[in-house]
Amino acid sequence: MSDPVVVRAADLTKVYPARGGVPELRAVDGIGFELRRRETFGFLGPNGAGKSTTMRMIAATSPRSGGTLRVLGMDPRTHGSAIRARLGVVPQDDALDRELTVRENLYIYGRYFGLKRDAIRKRSAELLDFAQLSEKSDNPVEALSGGMRRRLTIARSLINDPDMVLLDEPTTGLDPQARHVLWDRLYRLKEDGVTLLLTTHYMDEAEQLCDRLMIIDHGRIVAQGSPRELIAAHVTREVLEVRFALDVKEAAGVKLRSSELGGGGSDAGPRVELLPDRALVYADDGESALAAVHLMGPVPVTALVRRATLEDVFLKLTGRSLTD
Amino acid sequence: MIHVFAYWFKRYRRTWRGTIVIAVANPLLFLVGVGAGLGRLVDHHAPAQMAGVSYAAFLAPGLLAAAAMQTAFLESSWQVAQAAAPSGAYRSTVATPLRPEQVMAGHLLYVAFRVLTSSAAFVLVMAGFGLVSGVRAVAVLTAATLTGLAFAAPTAAWSVGVRGERQIDTAFRMLIMPLYMFSGTFFAVSQLPGPVRVLIEALPLAQGVALCRSLALGTAGAPGIAAHAAYLCALTVIGFALARAAYRRRLHA
Repeated sequence: MSDPVVVRAADLTKVYPARGGVPELRAVDGIGFELRRRETFGFLGPNGAGKSTTMRMIAATSPRSGGTLRVLGMDPRTHGSAIRARLGVVPQDDALDRELTVRENLYIYGRYFGLKRDAIRKRSAELLDFAQLSEKSDNPVEALSGGMRRRLTIARSLINDPDMVLLDEPTTGLDPQARHVLWDRLYRLKEDGVTLLLTTHYMDEAEQLCDRLMIIDHGRIVAQGSPRELIAAHVTREVLEVRFALDVKEAAGVKLRSSELGGGGSDAGPRVELLPDRALVYADDGESALAAVHLMGPVPVTALVRRATLEDVFLKLTGRSLTD
Repeated sequence: MIHVFAYWFKRYRRTWRGTIVIAVANPLLFLVGVGAGLGRLVDHHAPAQMAGVSYAAFLAPGLLAAAAMQTAFLESSWQVAQAAAPSGAYRSTVATPLRPEQVMAGHLLYVAFRVLTSSAAFVLVMAGFGLVSGVRAVAVLTAATLTGLAFAAPTAAWSVGVRGERQIDTAFRMLIMPLYMFSGTFFAVSQLPGPVRVLIEALPLAQGVALCRSLALGTAGAPGIAAHAAYLCALTVIGFALARAAYRRRLHA
């Protein structure tokens, strides 16, 4: 296939109608984007922002309410089966059969794609090797750790040698070691030229894995671009984090915001972000900002100058933390 | 569809021994305890009520139909509701080329298999007691399976949208158990007063019981068989259509 665009969405909308006391929900409210072959694209956003709904529409398991959508050149409304045949899906909660063995899970899934018995057997051996699960192939899934289950789910999603893999919060609920093992596997897929689309609410994950990302909030796109572009466009080079003693915290925050560092409390977005536990001061030179804070008083309990990250972009654009 | 059946069958292979024991023990205990025990009393006092046959011969096909209903309900309620839950078996299946209606049809095929095999065990026990044989045994088995399907399809249609298993528990107690008791399984509906009789005869299980019984005892005329079978087929077809829509609604939301 020559078309370099694998997903093309314009004015894509999903409305869940009101039902039994639950009001109508516009989960996705007119978004447009293009996803190119061989790239890793991330949907970022707080819980309930519309990430998973968008994923399901692309995966042809949730009909759109409006707009246009083409996946691998086809319309999910009319070619759902054909699209699904060429996708790999890693759902948020694995949906593995815990009573069946690792190998049986792959076998059943492969059969759903109409693959032949021998082809599945051969492919399973490769995939289990890739997922570092070869030794566990005859264990029931029940006996696997969370990280192993997630790797198995990724292996399962590759059984049909898909053109694109959709991963819904691939590392949520995993411990740090398991996350790193998983990232390593995803890097390998990326290097093999597999197109990846993932949702996450971990900024470090997005920054490390994604070539391009889209920040969604309330079903709308807030920003899109590469991690570097987003940081350059929306925040300063450095960020100063300061923490004040509890009794002066509020007063210090107000003072900081109305000072020169806070842009006089006006203009294009705040340059001081007040979080529950600390204040962030966006500055191209963090050290001189810190000197200014010290001069202004009160003196912060702790202070840290660091490079700006995606998390700062996210905080600035959505105005809230990711964990709400 | 056949691959979905294969999945449920693969799971079944872990529990099949237990289900066979239940499928044989259930009719055995009922026919010995109720059929032979209570039957002796009934046969002694009111032989005319039982269409001129022993109580055991009267009871067995009724129980068969009721057991088919029960198996069908149990197999198409819990499993369906669990499979449709966010981490259930259907969730991974819908990401494949399979369509929701294929997921449904494959699962119902498995339920049909369960009803057929457990009914077959029941019919074998009946044959062991000398209550049915030959062509009649095959006819009764078919009728029991049809009775099961008439319950399985509507049950699956309902269960796929159920979020919380308490509702299934309630349905079992408030719908299935009363049907089991009052559909002429244990007594002749014909002895009831007019309006009550009409009401009970209209119940789906009463149709299955009447069909199984008339085939087992050889008392059926062609129009009677056709009417009962048509009723059960209609219920199956309507249930299937509802299940199709319900699966699509839940799995492709």
